[in-house]
Amino acid sequence: MGQTLTEKILAQHAGRERVAPGDNIWVDVDILMTHDVCGPPTIDIFKREFGENAKVWDQNKLVILPDHYIFTEDPHARRNIELLRAFAAQHDLQHYYDVGTSRYKGVCHVALAEEGFNRPGNVLFGTDSHTCTSGAFGLFSTGVGNTDAALIMGTGKIWVKVPETMRFVFEGELPPYLMAKDLILAVIGEIGTDGGTYRTLEFDGGAVYDLSMQERMTLTNMAIEAGGKNGIIAPDQVTFDFVRARTDAPFQAVYGDADARFHSEYVFDVSQMVPVVAKPHSPDNKAPVTEVVGTRLDKCYIGSCTGGKLEDFEAAARILKGLEVKVATYVVPASTEVQRRMKEVTIDGQTLWDIFESAGCMMGHASCGACLGGPIDTFGRAVGTEVVISTTNRNYPGRMGSKMSAVYLASPLTVAASALNGVITDPREVLV
Amino acid sequence: MIRGKAYVVGDAIDTDQIIPAAHLVYSLTIPEERKMYGRYALSGVPADQQGLPKGGQPFTAEDSFESEYKVIIGGSNFGCGSSREHAPFAIAEAGCEAVVAESYARIFYRNSVDGGFVVPFETRVPLTERIRTGDEVEIDTVRSTLHNHTTGEDFLLNPLGDVADILKAGNVFEYARQKGLIST
Repeated sequence: MGQTLTEKILAQHAGRERVAPGDNIWVDVDILMTHDVCGPPTIDIFKREFGENAKVWDQNKLVILPDHYIFTEDPHARRNIELLRAFAAQHDLQHYYDVGTSRYKGVCHVALAEEGFNRPGNVLFGTDSHTCTSGAFGLFSTGVGNTDAALIMGTGKIWVKVPETMRFVFEGELPPYLMAKDLILAVIGEIGTDGGTYRTLEFDGGAVYDLSMQERMTLTNMAIEAGGKNGIIAPDQVTFDFVRARTDAPFQAVYGDADARFHSEYVFDVSQMVPVVAKPHSPDNKAPVTEVVGTRLDKCYIGSCTGGKLEDFEAAARILKGLEVKVATYVVPASTEVQRRMKEVTIDGQTLWDIFESAGCMMGHASCGACLGGPIDTFGRAVGTEVVISTTNRNYPGRMGSKMSAVYLASPLTVAASALNGVITDPREVLV
Repeated sequence: MIRGKAYVVGDAIDTDQIIPAAHLVYSLTIPEERKMYGRYALSGVPADQQGLPKGGQPFTAEDSFESEYKVIIGGSNFGCGSSREHAPFAIAEAGCEAVVAESYARIFYRNSVDGGFVVPFETRVPLTERIRTGDEVEIDTVRSTLHNHTTGEDFLLNPLGDVADILKAGNVFEYARQKGLIST
């Protein structure tokens, strides 16, 4: 009996020949990532357990990317950045990306990819549920709390229960009106927000390997929205090209065995799929866009780790070019690199940034922004009973800042089309 | 034994409902800040869902830092959403000792256990319509049973299984020390 990709990576990091789903094992961690919300409490626990002057297990494997509450006047949020800064200085951390400097990156999951920390075959933990994003690079990655992160910080090890793997195979050619966001919302709608609990979501099939790394990251990013422990895609030349352009660090690609056993298998023909939304108030509340067309909107939001990458903005800009939005539309690049590229990449001679500004969008700075509400002065935060359509990944009550608001999740194409009309709009109506 | 008033909520209580993101700026160690987590625990639950079946009953009363409830009764997928350990921390900080739900999101469950915040029990049958907010309940943590003193009903809970040793040790650090996995 063979092993799945996830099982093989975990076995290697536990120093074992093989593992089976349900095994409780201790694994060696290659990268630990934390940010401004969970970093300071993790550091507090680390000091409590290992001592005020204890050393982190490996200063080259700890990555700190402040990204959540950056452009706010909230004094506690600002204090948290200072705590990270002091810790990074105390431990001489090379991979601290300080706010207010040219090193500042923005959303951690996108920055991990850009800075070359996502390496095939690795084990990566982070204090953020969307750490599963990194699995797009053929590595095991998952989110943990402060306590587990502090244990890793001190020892480089953590216990893991080996998950069963669910396999999602996408075949066929992706139509121009669909994006990875439509595919993953379809999966979550099919299995539910707890359909993947304790399990791996592995994505496979020709349509997945046709996707860019940015789009693959949208798939793995939302594994957690189905309850999954990790999302993963086996690496290919697209992966290697991306990684090699970002880092010289060594890595060893791992592949699942041909006779691996899966918990279940789902097959989709992407050529037959349609643009979808997740209706309020759950990511699994799926509907074809056609069912909600005409829903009046107060706000549109394009941003976050799942919907604020360069290609997300390229897609939205294709629709908005030369036109004007009819409803307040907020554009928040995930990272400073995305922000810079938006001012370089052009469509018919006009930069993406200029297309959005000319369309009347409000432009934000690279960060998590209003995806998770955040402090009261957060750019684009939902207020009152606003109806919002967003490229983000969660729409539970209050997620974007107001528990009276109603949030629809959709692809950047669908959000841009909706921004044009002020009501939810099928991107097929406006794509030329 | 864990005994006290029950607080009933529905399915898919996510971490933003347990502790809204705007409050995550507070320190979890500085006493005057950490008590804010007790103040705002479960404050993100929509008003009509706060304390079922009636609703409109906040988990922590206005201007208080501690809840009158000792046990949360939830439905499926309790604690879904983010990885914020602030969620089980907030429940514990409010003075609540256990959650009894049909199922849990993985990270919330793990955080509850590894940090030693609250004991996450799983029910064998849905309890959200069998127990009312304010009922006096008692959990036998050894036998994994729940007794409702208000109605006289008894319910079986799932044994804690693999994580019982970590809960018994207090948290994952104590467990790791007992196992010789960390030396300090």
